[in-house]
Amino acid sequence: MYDFTPMVEGINRWLHSMMPDAAATFAGWVLVALVYLALFAVMGLVLVLVERKVAAFFQLRLGPNRVGPWGLLQTAADAIKLLLKEPVGTKRADMFLYNLAPFLLIIGAMMALSVIPFAPGLQAFDINIGVFFIAAVSSVGVLGVLIAGWASNNKYSLLGAMRSGAQIISYELSMSLAILTMVLLAGSLQVSQIIEQQRDYWFIFKGHVPAWIAFMIFVIAGTAETNRTPFDLPEAESELGAGFHTEYSGMKFAFFFLSEFVNMFIISAVAVILFFGGWMPLHLDGWTGFNQVMDFIPPIFWFLIKMSVMLFLLMWFRWTFPRLRIDQLLKLEWKYLLPMNLVNLLLMAFIVLMGWHL
Amino acid sequence: MSYVGEIVHGIRTLLTGMAVTGKYFFRARKEIITQQYPDNRDQLRMFERFRGEVVMPHNENNEHRCTGCQACEIACPNGSIEIIWDRKVDEKTGKKKKYIVKHIYHLSMCTMCNLCIIACPTDAIKMAQNFENSVYDRSYLTKVLNKPGSKLMDGIDE
Repeated sequence: MYDFTPMVEGINRWLHSMMPDAAATFAGWVLVALVYLALFAVMGLVLVLVERKVAAFFQLRLGPNRVGPWGLLQTAADAIKLLLKEPVGTKRADMFLYNLAPFLLIIGAMMALSVIPFAPGLQAFDINIGVFFIAAVSSVGVLGVLIAGWASNNKYSLLGAMRSGAQIISYELSMSLAILTMVLLAGSLQVSQIIEQQRDYWFIFKGHVPAWIAFMIFVIAGTAETNRTPFDLPEAESELGAGFHTEYSGMKFAFFFLSEFVNMFIISAVAVILFFGGWMPLHLDGWTGFNQVMDFIPPIFWFLIKMSVMLFLLMWFRWTFPRLRIDQLLKLEWKYLLPMNLVNLLLMAFIVLMGWHL
Repeated sequence: MSYVGEIVHGIRTLLTGMAVTGKYFFRARKEIITQQYPDNRDQLRMFERFRGEVVMPHNENNEHRCTGCQACEIACPNGSIEIIWDRKVDEKTGKKKKYIVKHIYHLSMCTMCNLCIIACPTDAIKMAQNFENSVYDRSYLTKVLNKPGSKLMDGIDE
């Protein structure tokens, strides 16, 4: 439960002992792909259910409670319903791009997911530009959104897609600069090394005030990246129907819906990795007994606990804040977040240069 | 307001909003307002000011308080109330007195505006809290409010 490396290597050796090398490598790829597909489906179902329950409690309602005990099977029932739905499209839509768009979105989300470590050893792809890779790949999603809006042959979809483009490209800046601030502290882009650096203290404690500011900016930009309220202009249901996915139905709609939750998961995961030490347990200086108790909790649970706190925070935002207007959205990014971020970056660079971090 | 002041103010107002919704979230177990209606039909209590339909209360001797003054019929804006009345000799005083034969109430037309209740000088009718008013035929919605064989309570005058 503590280190998954022997298990992963064991499976690898077993595959190699059974078949020739090339076939074993290929079988390994297929295995990893299947695991991630399963993870993707389960994550989507669980997160949608949790979101609905949390939303209900924020509004003093009960939430889904009819399908299965406490409504636990509600999203499974919804998924079956969506699978059985007829795929309805618009007249004179660009059918190739129309069908391609949901897959682009999903591919972007899945690629970003592959670099995220869940526990020691449980990471599909530990490249030396890990964090940069996440930032780059997560913006492939906007291409899917733009194509979806363009190909739908519907003015509301197009408006939603254009808003989404303006929003995601603007907030990508803030997000990357916030990531850069923490990379200055870590001195590496590789995800496993960033986590290793936080063995004694998490970066949020190491980086003093600049780390807190970077965390705040990252969460704001991350919320905007995932198109969630208060930044849900691309799908503002009171203005645009459902924005870029107005014309989608059945499983293609489900892909858009799921990708929002997977993106939310990725944003939370990156925040946890950069600021709260990934799967590292909480250690305090000099408290040996406390540290041993913290070490006793397996890393995967540490990661999941931190993830749930971050996801709850994003849901809390969603059910508290009203939607911004498009000019307010851009003003917030270009006049407040970006200058703050640049100053913050300089401040962090100065702290690292002087060696003031813990 | 200065640039930095605006940022601080913005963060403070956001936190205020989050405190409000957070309070709701953590107290949600106790304060859930959803009624699981068909399941809790036996315990369900409607609000005091809820207006379901007009009824005429009768006491145990099958007596009501309606004198047949027709104030409710006149007050009703859409003609939901019709009163069929007659006169007969009162045994005690020997005078001719008005009494109701049928107090007809069309629930299908009623908007629950409460004007008839306000107009009634003897408090003979009131609003009930019953809301399960669906029937299979519209004619069931025309009701006679005074029970058969009922008469006016003693001591009630126009």
